[in-house]
Amino acid sequence: MDMQPSPSPSGASRRDLLRGLAYGGLLLAVGLPLGRLAVAREDAPTVFAPDAFIRIASDGAATLIMPQVEMGQGIYTAMTMLIAEELDLPLAAVRLEAAPPSDALYGNPIFKVQATGGSTSVRAYWTPMRKAGAAARAMLVQAAAKRWQVDPAACETQDGIVRHAASGRSLPYGELAAAASHMTPPSDPPLKDPKTFRLLGKTQTRLDIEAKGNGTAKYGIDALPPGVKVATLSSCPVPGGKIRRVDDTQARAVAGVRQVVVLEDLVAVVGDHMWAAKKGLDKLVIEWDEGPNATLSTESLRAAMHEAAKRPGVPVKSEGADVRPGDAGVISASYELPFLAHAPMEPMNCTVHLRPGACEIWIGTQVMTMVQAKAAQAAGLKPDQITIHNHLLGGGFGRRLEVDMVDKAVRIAAHVDGPVKVVWTREEDIQKAMYRSTYGSWLSARLENGKPVAWRHTVVGPSVIARWLPPAFSGGVDIDAIDGAADQPYAVGGFHVDYVRHEPQGVPTCFWRGVGPNNNIFSVESFIDRLAREAKNDPLDFRRALLTANPRALQVLNTAAAHAGWGTPLAAKAGERVGRGICLQTVFGSFLSTIAEVAVGDDGTVRVRRLVTAVDCGMVVNPDGVISQIQGGLVFGLSAALHGRITFEKGRVQQSNFHDYRVVRIDEMPAVEVHLVPSTEAPGGIGEPGTTTVQPAVANAIYAATGVQLTRMPIDQTLLAKGGRT
Amino acid sequence: MIKISINGTVHDVEVEQDTPLLWVLRDVLGMTGTKFGCGVAQCGACTVHVDGTPVRSCQLAVGDVGDMPVVTIEGIGATPAGAKVQKAWMDLQVAQCGYCQSGQIMAAAALLTQTPAPTDADIDAAMAGNICRCGTYVRIRDGVKRAASQA
Repeated sequence: MDMQPSPSPSGASRRDLLRGLAYGGLLLAVGLPLGRLAVAREDAPTVFAPDAFIRIASDGAATLIMPQVEMGQGIYTAMTMLIAEELDLPLAAVRLEAAPPSDALYGNPIFKVQATGGSTSVRAYWTPMRKAGAAARAMLVQAAAKRWQVDPAACETQDGIVRHAASGRSLPYGELAAAASHMTPPSDPPLKDPKTFRLLGKTQTRLDIEAKGNGTAKYGIDALPPGVKVATLSSCPVPGGKIRRVDDTQARAVAGVRQVVVLEDLVAVVGDHMWAAKKGLDKLVIEWDEGPNATLSTESLRAAMHEAAKRPGVPVKSEGADVRPGDAGVISASYELPFLAHAPMEPMNCTVHLRPGACEIWIGTQVMTMVQAKAAQAAGLKPDQITIHNHLLGGGFGRRLEVDMVDKAVRIAAHVDGPVKVVWTREEDIQKAMYRSTYGSWLSARLENGKPVAWRHTVVGPSVIARWLPPAFSGGVDIDAIDGAADQPYAVGGFHVDYVRHEPQGVPTCFWRGVGPNNNIFSVESFIDRLAREAKNDPLDFRRALLTANPRALQVLNTAAAHAGWGTPLAAKAGERVGRGICLQTVFGSFLSTIAEVAVGDDGTVRVRRLVTAVDCGMVVNPDGVISQIQGGLVFGLSAALHGRITFEKGRVQQSNFHDYRVVRIDEMPAVEVHLVPSTEAPGGIGEPGTTTVQPAVANAIYAATGVQLTRMPIDQTLLAKGGRT
Repeated sequence: MIKISINGTVHDVEVEQDTPLLWVLRDVLGMTGTKFGCGVAQCGACTVHVDGTPVRSCQLAVGDVGDMPVVTIEGIGATPAGAKVQKAWMDLQVAQCGYCQSGQIMAAAALLTQTPAPTDADIDAAMAGNICRCGTYVRIRDGVKRAASQA
């Protein structure tokens, strides 16, 4: 029956979407049928499933099977925009369903595994998602054209309806869905001309925003399967240590404590609720066998990195005139970053129900298939016996690219009858975690006529990639560790980059927002300022002269400088020294320049007053989402610059909670300005570049204010007191 | 048995008197909108209102609540200040991961009830106890001001 219905974006479908999100987004279809099979839904049956991503039901309800996870970066909205654009559906008409674990179907096209990280989602899915939408749309059009016996090219689509203008006929997608499933998918469906985009490039309301304002958004820690008990744990405070003996007499006497689980490397207390478990944990008397790392200290770890830096590295780039530290006329410097914890606001947690032959998991993770594999390994099951309910993530920042919390929870659950939610205390989250490693950079350059003519950069640090994505580690080079070093934006003449892989003894390391570029942007941009001084040139002019072949970099630099008022006087209060500093970077496929403005008190206290960032990240999906990610990324980097530091003594992490592992609070916030530079280039990543841009901009601003070049993070205020060290 | 009034409903809960309100809400009553972040009143994620005052529920023993009414994120929309803050948070797209935002909204609603037209210094003082690791502070500040302007 032909009809002319009103477009489908009803309040109901919008509510349905949010209802879905409220329960984790996650109407998880276990063993989701693949390919073009129909799948039963709670409402109308899916009749059109052209690929792994799109389901259209007979009532027109469209579902996007979402391969990427939402940890605040706005990807649920961005991915939905990509597919809705080409499918000609209103954004609000698309429901989301978290993809089940499958690297084959839902592997990130860049990593080839089902992972959300590395600022890759939009870069990876910009084309595949649009093609998926365009292919489905083409099949719906074919179905309509066949029914009407007209040329498909004479049909158009809008808001979930196919129309044939010449005959005045139209059909909603739902009525075409069954027929569309018999059409041949086009191999290379044409994509829209960006000039005709209706959604992409135009700010859309985040799909998760309402649920995140009224308490209904569900994170992994909110999972409440019937009969769930709550456990909290203590792993050895020295990495690699084991349990020698546990006296749990007093812990078992705590009201609400049900069980104490002692494993080789940890002890967990299981209770009716977290308070019982926590009280029980505090009553345990644990004797540890601390193992080989019991003497680790920040100093010993640092000394080992400096020793490693003397080793010859693996050449990454080697072009033209070389330069070696110590040679006549060579300028050299080294830069270092500390260990850091991630400290997402949602502490690590994982809920597990282990039964004979089956394991059910509730979690918020960046890596579905890795969770599945780890749970299978820990439970002694096959991967297809693991069911995972993925949730919204209360922050990821790279910490939830790891599965240590899954391994521990499954091993605990093996001793618990019924479901158990394992929740880490914040102290456990900071002290027994996986860490952003120390990294170091050793740089040398030679100047002639005020410009570099030779450059050497040796990057020293662990390879997270070698463990996490082994196929990407080849020839002894970690492509992440050298990111931002091997491809820095300046013309510097002879260019030599080496990588020295150095794994810090005992400390488990992992990715942290900004990844390898945190180290390389900090060192390259600090060293560029140093060279500008040696050349007696202004930091902005010095950079400009090295960017003549890099117009996008030059444009963001000039944009940031103009908005920041580079070169104009800065107001200073009595007892303060003020300055501006630049960072320019071209990592994650995006071009950013940040200019920081700082005031340094006579006592050395640093106040960052203003951060101005210009961004060219190519074509933009959701402009306000980009601005939001840069704003937040800047704050993440500012926390690292001002406060971020995990230190070790006697093998133990010395920080424990937010009082001594400080992060920026609202009363420390600078004014923040983000300026988007329009671009028609391919999309770049935006989750991380805001973070990597802060440390060098602030350090360079501090030099401008004080004449002190900081070469290590976080900022050591004792170096900045007026008249020298306090 | 302890009686507590939450969002206008009286609940009987069978827990030890020293159990923090946070865990009564989350683990006993299943009201998971209030979040656990640090357990030591450092982060503000667990902020609720007790008798109109913003309180870190990880530090308040349920036995000390008595007959004082508790309002949580699930109920704050029924108050004028809460509704304005929630709307401003939506209008300005404040949330990113969203995990801290229950606490941020509770702190902001309490601020606006006490101080209808807060200055930047008022906002700093009232909101500095609430950490946002995603770094949404620019929008939190703007959100408080926007809510304040919707008289």
